[in-house]
Amino acid sequence: MGLKRGHRARPLEWIAEKMIFLVSLSAIATTLLIFVFITRESLPILFGQMDSSHKTLVIPVADMNKYSDKELSKYLDMPEADFKAMDAETRQLMIEVKAEATAERPTDKDAGINTASLRYLLMPHQWTGYDKPSYIWQPVSEIHKYNIIPLMVGSLKTTLVAMLFAVPLALGAAIYVSQLASNNAREWIKPIIEMLSGIPSVVMGFFALLVMATVLQDVFGYASRLNALVAGIALGFAIIPVVFTIAEDALTSVPRAFSQAALALGASRWKATWQIVLPAALPGVLAAVILGFGRAIGETMIVLMASGNASIMSFSPTDSTRTITATIAAELAETVFGSHHYRLLFMIGLLLFIVSFFSNLAGELIVHRLKKKLEGRA
Amino acid sequence: MNFATNKHDYESSIFSGLTAAAAWLIVAILAVILANITWYGLPGLSWNFIAGSTEKDMFNPDHASVMPMIFGTAALVILMTVMVVPVGVITAIYLTEYAQSSSPMTRFIRGAVNNLAGVPAIVFGLFGLGFFISFVGGGIDELFYGATAEPVWGKPAIIWAALTLATLTLPVVIVATEESLKAIPPGLREASLALGATKLETVIKIVLPQALPGILTGSILAVSRGAGEVAPILFTGAAYYMAHLPEKLTDQFMELGYHVFILSTQSPNIEQTRPILYATVLVLLLLTFALNVVAIAIRMRIRKKLRSLH
Repeated sequence: MGLKRGHRARPLEWIAEKMIFLVSLSAIATTLLIFVFITRESLPILFGQMDSSHKTLVIPVADMNKYSDKELSKYLDMPEADFKAMDAETRQLMIEVKAEATAERPTDKDAGINTASLRYLLMPHQWTGYDKPSYIWQPVSEIHKYNIIPLMVGSLKTTLVAMLFAVPLALGAAIYVSQLASNNAREWIKPIIEMLSGIPSVVMGFFALLVMATVLQDVFGYASRLNALVAGIALGFAIIPVVFTIAEDALTSVPRAFSQAALALGASRWKATWQIVLPAALPGVLAAVILGFGRAIGETMIVLMASGNASIMSFSPTDSTRTITATIAAELAETVFGSHHYRLLFMIGLLLFIVSFFSNLAGELIVHRLKKKLEGRA
Repeated sequence: MNFATNKHDYESSIFSGLTAAAAWLIVAILAVILANITWYGLPGLSWNFIAGSTEKDMFNPDHASVMPMIFGTAALVILMTVMVVPVGVITAIYLTEYAQSSSPMTRFIRGAVNNLAGVPAIVFGLFGLGFFISFVGGGIDELFYGATAEPVWGKPAIIWAALTLATLTLPVVIVATEESLKAIPPGLREASLALGATKLETVIKIVLPQALPGILTGSILAVSRGAGEVAPILFTGAAYYMAHLPEKLTDQFMELGYHVFILSTQSPNIEQTRPILYATVLVLLLLTFALNVVAIAIRMRIRKKLRSLH
């Protein structure tokens, strides 16, 4: 190879290596781009720059020329560039339409409220016609009500049902497969449970909607056919493989010597598992639960199809429920690009991204540390 | 700690039994789901249903065909694969062949890959709309067509849906390829280097051919995942109905998973459309499951071969 080293010796090698390195940054770049572009669309809401109140100001067509393009585009709620691109006739038409719309604006006391400000997103408000302050998400009503609390409650409620259903089953199965089952049973059960993750979520949603909803309603006899319980159980099926795989992996990575020592001291297989192996693998089990939570709260199609999608503020699992993910999926296509509704949906998307980011991070860190610890001891 | 065991250790047998019951219950649930779909879906499958032409009435059980949806799904995942596999494979090559495993950069990349695998599918949909469609597509329109013209690229299209899915399946390809690269005995690389081959030559001529089955597994898993995801394509390109098949990259398309969603939630008469709904679900499931089974089979062969190597 000679004494020359680095890029002067083999320029092609050097270039190739740099290119490979650059491409490998794609995962980091994608993560950053996701964060940047979702934040970008939701910033005007977070900074309180969006105004959803119904204006009382009317600009007559005759006075159009007294205002600058900037003021007029703001008046029409459109980007300045779009406004500039229109010819004079279209502009005049837009101003006339706006004036008509303003004349027909709702006249009750709520019309002047900027419902896209943080106070109305998070705090209850006594709207006209309600007898007490309430949390309401009604983005397409005349007064746009954008309170995101009902959606958060819906997401958490459905996820809780899913966890209560999936975690005991998945952990039980993981303990059985990794510690108690015969080799033969293990060879069969493990791939079959992992196959569950190959079922597309839209198929799980379909099954919940058509089959499970009917069966569960017959059994429990509640009023609303689609609700958080149906969606939660179907969601539970979907996260069982996630929780199972990680927990099983953690349990298996506990050195054999641990359980063998207990068995040699006369413990039963169950006692060795329960008192020795499980405590050693506990962080991994915790990570499995956290990652399962992250997966459940971000799942879309199942809850969109099986939860009923009524955005009511309720803690009951048998009420029709709307989650954050289902709200984005159901409403984004109907929104106007750049409107407050559009930006709000991006904002709750950002919320989801952050929650899943931290649950992932926590899960990965715990698994990483556990592996290191167990390998160090083994 | 007290390990004293009674003659009959009821506690142990009860709890062992419960864990076994949990495992078998999961297997039973899966069996019920698959059996239900097969039972009601199979009668609806016919040659006309799978390969018929684009009919006007997709809710009519006598005429409906999923051919356009199968075509759309295939076109979508082929585009996706073409984009995601090279990037994923090169990333995996960097991580296993070039990077020092403990360097902060490597850990950072790995962290990003793991994180990407956990980002909710609907967030990818938002990303596709905000980045690919309005930023990239809108940017292209502004550059070449002028801002006022009807959008050509800055609207939902198959290319944007495929790109969105490519970002979603990137971790799948990286992880599968990395696994197969790691399984190649280091002796092979060392022998190649000792004979005077450069690092790049070793990677291209020795490592990659050995990793081919692993790359194939990763691609198949990515395709299976991509074909089943609906949330990311909701606003990036899937169409409720189209009279013709997609012809250009900027066309929208019909898709199997999205069609399942439409048939289940927007059917004018659910009782009447139930047979086509079940049949469509069965087609989707056969497609994704068959791909999964193939991937698992290849993977098992790789592992067997490796065990004999070591």
